[in-house]
Amino acid sequence: MTKFGKSIIFILVLLLISAIITNTAIGSTSISPFITAKILLARYFFIESTWTSSQEIIITNIRLPRVLLGGFVGAALSTAGCAMQGLLKNPMADPYIIGMSSGAALGASLAFMLLMPVQILAFIMAIITIFIVYNISVIGGKVPVDTLLLAGIAVGSFLAAITSLIIFLAQSPHQIIFWLMGGLWTANWDKVKITAILVTIGIVMLYRYSWKLNVMLLGEEEAQYLGVNVEHVKQYVLVFSALITAAAVSVSGIIGFVGLIIPHIMRILVGPDHRILFPASTLMGAIFLILTDTFARTIMDSVELPVGVVTAMFGAPFFIYLLRKRRDNLYA
Amino acid sequence: MLKIKDLNVSYGQTQVLQEIGLSATEGEFIGIIGPNGSGKTTLLKTITNVLKPTSGTIVIDGTNIEKMGSNEIAKNVAVVSQVVSINFEFTVKDIVLMGRNPYIKSSESVEDINIANDVMEKTNINFLKDRMITQLSGGELQRVIIARALTQTPKILLLDEPTSHLDITNQIEILNLVKKSSTKGMLVIAVMHDLNLAAYYCDKICLLRDGCMISIGTPKQVLTPSNIEVAFNLPIEVMNNDRTNSIYVMPILEPLNEISD
Repeated sequence: MTKFGKSIIFILVLLLISAIITNTAIGSTSISPFITAKILLARYFFIESTWTSSQEIIITNIRLPRVLLGGFVGAALSTAGCAMQGLLKNPMADPYIIGMSSGAALGASLAFMLLMPVQILAFIMAIITIFIVYNISVIGGKVPVDTLLLAGIAVGSFLAAITSLIIFLAQSPHQIIFWLMGGLWTANWDKVKITAILVTIGIVMLYRYSWKLNVMLLGEEEAQYLGVNVEHVKQYVLVFSALITAAAVSVSGIIGFVGLIIPHIMRILVGPDHRILFPASTLMGAIFLILTDTFARTIMDSVELPVGVVTAMFGAPFFIYLLRKRRDNLYA
Repeated sequence: MLKIKDLNVSYGQTQVLQEIGLSATEGEFIGIIGPNGSGKTTLLKTITNVLKPTSGTIVIDGTNIEKMGSNEIAKNVAVVSQVVSINFEFTVKDIVLMGRNPYIKSSESVEDINIANDVMEKTNINFLKDRMITQLSGGELQRVIIARALTQTPKILLLDEPTSHLDITNQIEILNLVKKSSTKGMLVIAVMHDLNLAAYYCDKICLLRDGCMISIGTPKQVLTPSNIEVAFNLPIEVMNNDRTNSIYVMPILEPLNEISD
């Protein structure tokens, strides 16, 4: 990794740590960042208590899991988006591009209708969807990228239609609709733990293929001439992107835009080398979602906005600004 | 070193290569010529195992390539393909280093970097090192792609029309570069369109037509009026270039005022 890359990563790590502390401090009960930091540190070190027990409960049981869950979800979506953009060489690629969000949405809708656990059903349906899409796309042992994209769109539309039907027939459709908008309001430590495990595994596995993804950017045939087993890389990257996306979606609903825009912004900043681009996207995705979620839960006094609404409302204009500012091809 | 025997290749029902046989040793510069659609590119792709033959064998240094993994093939065979376009902002250095891919597990070693630097030095692209690959001219890009192929330290270098979109100076510089590698012991097989450049640079030429090898031998043996007439359906005249002691061919053209409907 270059010096520049290392310093970018270092800065992002510092930003992430301060984002976690400050955003845990922000909320309807005001607790200073200083006390928040002490409460957080007191979990691991002995620090004399200068805070009330209700402050501690708010911080450790309510706000911290939510901030951490936001961090993991943001990291997962952004890393998966980065992997898909690199693999498919398509600037429109995001974690949901081959139908995963539609699968997860259908799983969640079914769960609400049948009163089953939402997280599990959403996760399973997302994985099943990518399995179906992949197998539709296999032609003679190879998976052409265009076929994969189109199969994803076709399967996604089909599943979305079923979801719409369920919403239309549902007794209380607002539950499903809220879920579809994406939010972190159901955060708790159990969710943080399982998401942390799945997302960390998936991200580490994707990092291992950074170099191969770089070579794949030269084009599939060129990569093959350079000794890359292209079909194996596709399978591998799809599996682990799917894993972390499903883990994120199943706890947070469909949060759009993070997985599309953050990798693009980081690519402009650090270049296309996945060995830097991956960690930069992971960290920035986490920071971005933590910040937008704090905004979503505090901007209005009485209600929390779905964070998916906020990410797109902030992300889209900023992205358009970048598109206009950079005259040459953004995806470069 | 390279032995191709009874090679047949088809795309679906259409047979593209028929009973190709070729044997070549290190240090040779072999040109493949023939009209468009005669199977030249297909032959190159088959040698890298990207395309699987329907029958026949390709053996490199005693090992059938079917038994080699993609990494092992890439250590032996490097390819400079017809049209390369890279839309991502890698530096020239990064791209050349990618030639080390078959040897790299996760990150490059000092040795990999040394080899890449060495090749950039020898191919005269050191001054381009830190430039973005997206900002190079056609000639510069081709030089970088060749440097990347040489960084693979292959035994065999395959080139698919390496100079067809370059100006005459760049064509000659690129081919000189390739010739230098072949004199150092690399086997070079290049698909070429310019018959005169082929006659000048190649030790051996194979002439393809409709997937069959209709002639193979030295330029003088292959580039005869009757062979070219058969392959390209074009009458030519063969002359001798005394300065280079190679032959050159001229299509026999009608005076322009005789071309009419």
